[in-house]
Amino acid sequence: MKTKIISVIAYIILAPIIGGLLDGIDRKISARMQRRVGPPLLQPFYDLGKLFNKQVIVVRSSQSFLLLCYLIFMIITGAMLYAGVDLLMCMFVLSTAAMFLYFAACVTSSPYSTIGASRELIQIMAYEPAVLLTCVGFYLVSGSFEVSDIAFGKFSDIIYLPGVFLAYIFILTIKMRKSPFDISTSHHPNQEIVKGITSEMGARNLAFFTLTEWYENVFLLSVLALFITNRSPVSFLAAVIVILVVYFLEILIDNCSARIKYFDMVKLAWAVTVVLAGSNIWILMLVKQNIVN
Amino acid sequence: MYNIKRSPWVLHYDGSSCNGCDIEVLACLTPVYDAERFGIVNTGDPMQADILLITGGINSQNAAVVKQLYEQMPRPKVVAAIGVCACTGGVFKDCYNILGGVDKVIPVDVYVPGCAARPQAIIDGIVKACDIFQQRLAEHEQMIKKNKTAKEG
Repeated sequence: MKTKIISVIAYIILAPIIGGLLDGIDRKISARMQRRVGPPLLQPFYDLGKLFNKQVIVVRSSQSFLLLCYLIFMIITGAMLYAGVDLLMCMFVLSTAAMFLYFAACVTSSPYSTIGASRELIQIMAYEPAVLLTCVGFYLVSGSFEVSDIAFGKFSDIIYLPGVFLAYIFILTIKMRKSPFDISTSHHPNQEIVKGITSEMGARNLAFFTLTEWYENVFLLSVLALFITNRSPVSFLAAVIVILVVYFLEILIDNCSARIKYFDMVKLAWAVTVVLAGSNIWILMLVKQNIVN
Repeated sequence: MYNIKRSPWVLHYDGSSCNGCDIEVLACLTPVYDAERFGIVNTGDPMQADILLITGGINSQNAAVVKQLYEQMPRPKVVAAIGVCACTGGVFKDCYNILGGVDKVIPVDVYVPGCAARPQAIIDGIVKACDIFQQRLAEHEQMIKKNKTAKEG
């Protein structure tokens, strides 16, 4: 019980710091890939601090409340994961958080943020099957949806779930809104829908959004770690290495691809989900009826 | 007071420019000049912008647009006129539709002359605008304090 409380508090305090650093590393590595010097490593924190210092102009005052809910629900999602409770429940709370973002973008009634919001819904539609299959895969291997059972099994789950692992990495690109799937918003300027879902979010509201993105990234990468970890402490070190490698791959893909049409994204995401995750789980169910990790 | 100089986000608006200065503004963000090393990000949304870069002169049609963009930007904010047309109207000054430089409609803080303005000069202008941006924050915070005391009093 005590360790659970400590890990939850550690998540709430450390996640924005780690998320911000990862963002900084992302910008630095992207710059180096383009043969630029790039911004300082702590640039995301400078940006956040500035956003909190600016005058607050909102089109609808309800937007601040909705974005705050988005942030709080995202923190709850991660806290639940680190408390070791039901993984399926974590994913449902994650979807609830995403809904708040959708409404926050819709209330402004700006055409750009409305287009961004509806594209965000399509993105949710594209990645949600793979997220659910990931939970199912963990259940088949561990015999439980509890995160504490999944994380501290006898062996790493990736041995039985290589397809699901690859499908999860694929949808991570959609979740992180990176090219070629940055269709709802983009970190890069001069896009046809201005800033997409974050248009009309200024000052403190954008700061809430950025903070939530950092929490979300840390949560998603923690779920990635569940594939690797087992009882031995060495596996946790391996999980950190795998996370860093996957994050580097995301940056690489982001830098060498252009965005694709939303329908192609849905088709591609679902095809990858069915072929990799679906067949993985199907084979798992055929070969071993009851594997208890 | 927080050091906001490190994170200037720019909004670029093309008035009645010939596109020469626009290309130079975008060239600043390319790997050759790499304006991002100062934390400069080109954003398309006035509500997220700190520095308004305007190229080209002001004509009777875009005067209202420039005013609206300026008003949509949250304080503290800085305006930089890029190129000689944005500064004074340039070679188009005597045209029937040109009102003049950007300062005819909104207050301008930094003038970057040139036809077209060179990327080095533009980055220099933005860096200068950053210092003014920091001063504006102080003014903004004072204004908030004043309003607070006025409300309480």
